[in-house]
Amino acid sequence: MRTPVRPVCTLLAAAALMAAAVDTTADASAEPPLPVTLARTGLFAAGTREPAPGLLSFAPQYPLWTDGAHKRRWLSLPAGSAIDARDPDRWQFPPGTRVWKEFGFGGRPVETRMIERLPDGRWRFATYAWNAQGSEAVLAPEVGLTVSAPGLPGGRYRLPSRADCLACHDGGDDPQGGPLLGLSALQLSPDRDPQALHAETSATSLRTLNDAGLIRGLPPALLDRPPRIAADTPTARAALGYLHGNCGHCHNDSGSLDSLSLSLAQQAADPLASAQRTLDSLLGHASRFRAHGSDSTQRVVGGQGEASVLLQRMQSSNPLARMPPLGVQVIDREGVALVERWIREDLGPRSSTAITRQHSGSTP
Amino acid sequence: MKTSLIHLALLAALPLAALPTAAQMQETDKSAADKIARGKYIVTIAGCNDCHTPWKMGDKGPEPDMSRMLSGHPQDMKMPAAPTPTAPWLMTGAATNTAWAGPWGVSFTANLTPNRETGLGKWTLRNFVDTIRTGRHMGRGREILPPMPWPMHKHMTDADLEAVFRYLQSIPAISNRVPEPLPPAAPVAAR
Repeated sequence: MRTPVRPVCTLLAAAALMAAAVDTTADASAEPPLPVTLARTGLFAAGTREPAPGLLSFAPQYPLWTDGAHKRRWLSLPAGSAIDARDPDRWQFPPGTRVWKEFGFGGRPVETRMIERLPDGRWRFATYAWNAQGSEAVLAPEVGLTVSAPGLPGGRYRLPSRADCLACHDGGDDPQGGPLLGLSALQLSPDRDPQALHAETSATSLRTLNDAGLIRGLPPALLDRPPRIAADTPTARAALGYLHGNCGHCHNDSGSLDSLSLSLAQQAADPLASAQRTLDSLLGHASRFRAHGSDSTQRVVGGQGEASVLLQRMQSSNPLARMPPLGVQVIDREGVALVERWIREDLGPRSSTAITRQHSGSTP
Repeated sequence: MKTSLIHLALLAALPLAALPTAAQMQETDKSAADKIARGKYIVTIAGCNDCHTPWKMGDKGPEPDMSRMLSGHPQDMKMPAAPTPTAPWLMTGAATNTAWAGPWGVSFTANLTPNRETGLGKWTLRNFVDTIRTGRHMGRGREILPPMPWPMHKHMTDADLEAVFRYLQSIPAISNRVPEPLPPAAPVAAR
């Protein structure tokens, strides 16, 4: 008797469809212990305190303000692997990816944070505290650590807890989105904003990553015309960039804080839309937060920085009211001044609140 | 031909099989009601009304004003500077149980009703769970201040946290803009 191939195939296909709908979460592999010293994480060349060969240094064009810390960053990808950059605003990193970020004050490192992607795809976070001699950094406790830091308020600096890391670096509702905030098409665009605050130089860009085969799938248009923030003036571009780098990782329309309807993140995929979303969510929008002793009720009042809750919270001396709520003890006066100038000059009563400048391409 | 039609029917039936039946929808409604009931039970026994509902003086002494259930510190109740207690006394509480002064500053109990502008009406389940599990506002903002016992509540199961949230979303929405917390007063300069 002939085997009834057709009905068997149909049943197998049906079974496959049904199985795909069943949650078949694989068991997570055992998580290897975190290295107890920074030297054991692979950051340094053997026997030195210099970055190991093969590590890629990088610098986002809109860096996060951390009390004026001097920062250095490095990326390590497993040999032969590459970043999936098909979504320019949400790069996918292969298991084995490691990123380090050093925070320095007064000419010496104080802290180095590490984010790594484990073989099973999960991300984990750690931070290492440097000794006063700068000779060694050891793993900080999971609950964080306060260290001596001359020059900072109270002479102290707070290393974050693992939970604090997730407050900013959580990948949102997309577990594949990844928490590496400084690595995106916009942040590494070769069309760097000359007025970006606290700018650092780096040879690493979309072009160098693409040429080295370290990113794959980046939309070709973004290589021909590297991304830049859509803005009508240099001040607006820098201010939107500042808000993107300091606020956009929480305040966006794709993560868990979408319920706040406050989008301060910019996108390389659609710069005009994202810039307009920012304006729309700031202007004519009541603020939930109301400072004691203030009549301000709006997130941004065009032309009036002093009446804008956004600016009030950026420069608040009250740590319970200050934005960002983590990682800032010293108010960024340059950032406050930039956003104030943007509100006063670009968002005044006679200014149009519609972004008119299309992405016009880059300077090669 | 007949066999092909059977196969086609089988494949076409798959998405239809995914649609809920009337019985399943009834089960879902029952499940939602069960969650709300469970949430009400937890909110009751965990004492949320103790602080999140303003207390008043009733005929038999202090009692929660359930007409303002879980709406937090009354917005029109301006608090004077709190007295500084003498150790080992540590903190001061308002007569409404909705304002607390201590080494952390002054905290005001939140409006947990589903009012969209002043309560939890715009919150998602994740916002709520993140708050309780991390002790940070929406899991990312400022720290939740004492005396909110979130370090204990964070041990609730996911199911119980959802039940609490579903119950809170089902109670009457009350417009009440609770004031922001106040930081500790600046220390008095040494003489």
